[in-house]
Amino acid sequence: MAENEDVIAAIVGIEPGGALAHVVAGRADVMALSQQTHDGALTPDNPGGLSRAERAALAWRIAKINDHKALEDHFEAMLEKAGAPDNAVRLADIWFDGGSDLRARALIRHVDLVAHAPKDATRRDVELLQEAGIADEDIVRLSELVAFVSYQIRVTVGLQLMRGLA
Amino acid sequence: MSSIVQDFTTEIPVWKPYVTPLDLAEASAEQLEALKITPSNTKVSDYVLVLAHDVETLKHRTPLFNAVMYNRGGLSRAEREIGAVGASIVNHCIYCAAVHASRYNQLTKDEDVIAAIFSDGVHAEIGPRLKAILTFAVKLSKCPPDADTADLAALVEAGLGQDEILDLILSTSLFGWANRLMHTLGEPIRD
Repeated sequence: MAENEDVIAAIVGIEPGGALAHVVAGRADVMALSQQTHDGALTPDNPGGLSRAERAALAWRIAKINDHKALEDHFEAMLEKAGAPDNAVRLADIWFDGGSDLRARALIRHVDLVAHAPKDATRRDVELLQEAGIADEDIVRLSELVAFVSYQIRVTVGLQLMRGLA
Repeated sequence: MSSIVQDFTTEIPVWKPYVTPLDLAEASAEQLEALKITPSNTKVSDYVLVLAHDVETLKHRTPLFNAVMYNRGGLSRAEREIGAVGASIVNHCIYCAAVHASRYNQLTKDEDVIAAIFSDGVHAEIGPRLKAILTFAVKLSKCPPDADTADLAALVEAGLGQDEILDLILSTSLFGWANRLMHTLGEPIRD
């Protein structure tokens, strides 16, 4: 991803010079910070225990859970760009639960829970990640990834509705 | 004896993390830099120290949060709080709901709206403009998002301008993000 590309604007298809572009320009700071967080969550300089490919695959999974095709395509392309190693690609498979790989199992379980039904999350869900050997730092990185992508999807959906109205 | 707060309230609980917060003595230069720009610079909260484990998102998240909630123009600050409360109800984030419901009450000097929302959710008997705002926020917060063109048309009909609708989308979405951190990485406690 080029650092300066605005993923949300590109997907919504905001027409330059149009009414929506004018409104969004009023919040240019928020849109720029959203893109910078996207880059920090998906392609960090220090990915810690969660590789860029794994992050792209899990983001793709979250887009699928939210039924957002355009963002699915975006994260799939990011996964390709990250080399698409098999152990990451399978994390995006909505029918894969991790199998006998305890770490993959824990990652998938948690991403599905927090993306779809964060209201149901409890202390036990974090303990399950810790028991699978995932460090606290990586639990926070994983949480930010799910939380940010959930935000990005909702901003995109909202702007797509506004574009339809214009 | 402390207990976990289970019900929506405007009394702000204590937030207790499930993971170990960053030890400031071990913080990197980048982490210290990101922590400096948080709203409270006298005492860094456990919540922010937890988020500091992922400094590459935290350093953008803090200014983004302030821009979405406090930027000039557009939707009133109080109505942005309704976006936050709507998301927090869907995601059952007791802590976020308490902070932002009490902020709405402070800004408006009115406690009836939040009391009605905590009691009856989207069926709360509140004015048509607030009702359109709350309904849109709740539906956008579902997974998958459930807000549609009729919900957007209801906002226009209730008198919201395009700039106000954008601010509502941003504050609601921001709490889809915040709830997924606050409610999953720790719990609200009452001593």
